[in-house]
Amino acid sequence: MIFAIVSSGDPTFTEWFTNLLELFLRSAFVDNLALAYFLGMCTFLAVSKNVKTAIGLGIAVIAVQAITVPVNNLIFNYCLKEGAIASGVDLEFLHLICFIGVIAAMVQILELVLDKFFPSLYNQLGIFLPLITVNCAILGGTLFMKERDYSLDESVVFGIGSGFGWAAAIIGLAGIREKLKYSDVPPGLRGLGITFIIVGLMALGFQAFLGI
Amino acid sequence: MAKSTQDLIFDPVFKSNPIALQVLGICSALAVTTKLSTSFTMSLAVIVVTACSSAAIAAIRNRIPSSIRIIVQMTIIASLVIVVDQVLKAFAYSLSKELAVFVGLIITNCIVMGRAEGFAMKNSVGDSFFDGIGNGLGYGLILMVVGFFRELFGSGSLFGIQLMELKANGGWYEPNGLMLLSPSAFFIIGIFIWVLRSFMPEQVEAE
Repeated sequence: MIFAIVSSGDPTFTEWFTNLLELFLRSAFVDNLALAYFLGMCTFLAVSKNVKTAIGLGIAVIAVQAITVPVNNLIFNYCLKEGAIASGVDLEFLHLICFIGVIAAMVQILELVLDKFFPSLYNQLGIFLPLITVNCAILGGTLFMKERDYSLDESVVFGIGSGFGWAAAIIGLAGIREKLKYSDVPPGLRGLGITFIIVGLMALGFQAFLGI
Repeated sequence: MAKSTQDLIFDPVFKSNPIALQVLGICSALAVTTKLSTSFTMSLAVIVVTACSSAAIAAIRNRIPSSIRIIVQMTIIASLVIVVDQVLKAFAYSLSKELAVFVGLIITNCIVMGRAEGFAMKNSVGDSFFDGIGNGLGYGLILMVVGFFRELFGSGSLFGIQLMELKANGGWYEPNGLMLLSPSAFFIIGIFIWVLRSFMPEQVEAE
């Protein structure tokens, strides 16, 4: 159905749509935050021991990423950019502090909302939700948005796409690690070592999406 | 708790390396290890930020209300990272372009946060400072090792100086392209941990 709209729509719409679709695929697979840029590794390695928590954390990351990247985009373009508030005022050097503040606030709000409306999910996520604040993937997504000068609609798509890619990677890794319990790993490589090697192999796999 | 300064600095480098043992702070920095010069800059930046933020937080540790301590720590760390970022931009512009977003990502580096929360909140200014330096060094060590192998085998050079003449330039060395891609960093750390644990069997994880 989407395809029909695309093919019948006017050329500017088609171009806009394919552009965004391409951005989504790129941010989710080729430029995967976890596997290509090593972002969010701490949580990535610590929480990938079973699939259920991995799914919960993955969803939380998608949600936070989809909200914070566009919000930060607005703040950056309308408050911090040179000449945005008054001409000659350049607050760009404040961007790091602003972004981290927005992320912390958003995570807090998300926590309140989840606690009120989805208590079971809230209990399942537990400690991981506040930890998302210091998850490099979130701040990384925002910084990439600034670095690559995304517009508002692009940053919405980028936020969702990169969150989705991160979630896919952690769920995949959790699945592999669950199976790994039954295999015989050399003692020095047990635990952390073998996990790194698996992540490396996964990264190789994701790199194959480059052809899309 | 009463550790000597020497222990404070060298323990985190070998015995309780933040990356190899505590899985902290791998996030932001591995993407910069394709070259030795960028990994060196990154290590320096992290050492400075960890040491100074630990000292600053230790200095006001008795005045921070525990309910807002995370925000206070974040603000201190973020301010220090901004300083480092601006200094890099002023004195080493091309390097700061190469590091791009990864300097900003030091804020969310778990080592900095972990040391602030786990050590600086309970210890004196001097101890926290040296503890910060030690952990920064432990982190830098791994970064340098990874950077060394990736640059040597990936492009046959170290610090940008050509050591092994490339085939493309009429030499003998065929560069290993995999080393410039992200998976190689994971492999190198995995193997590094393996080597480290073979020498220190007490670090092996029971499973």
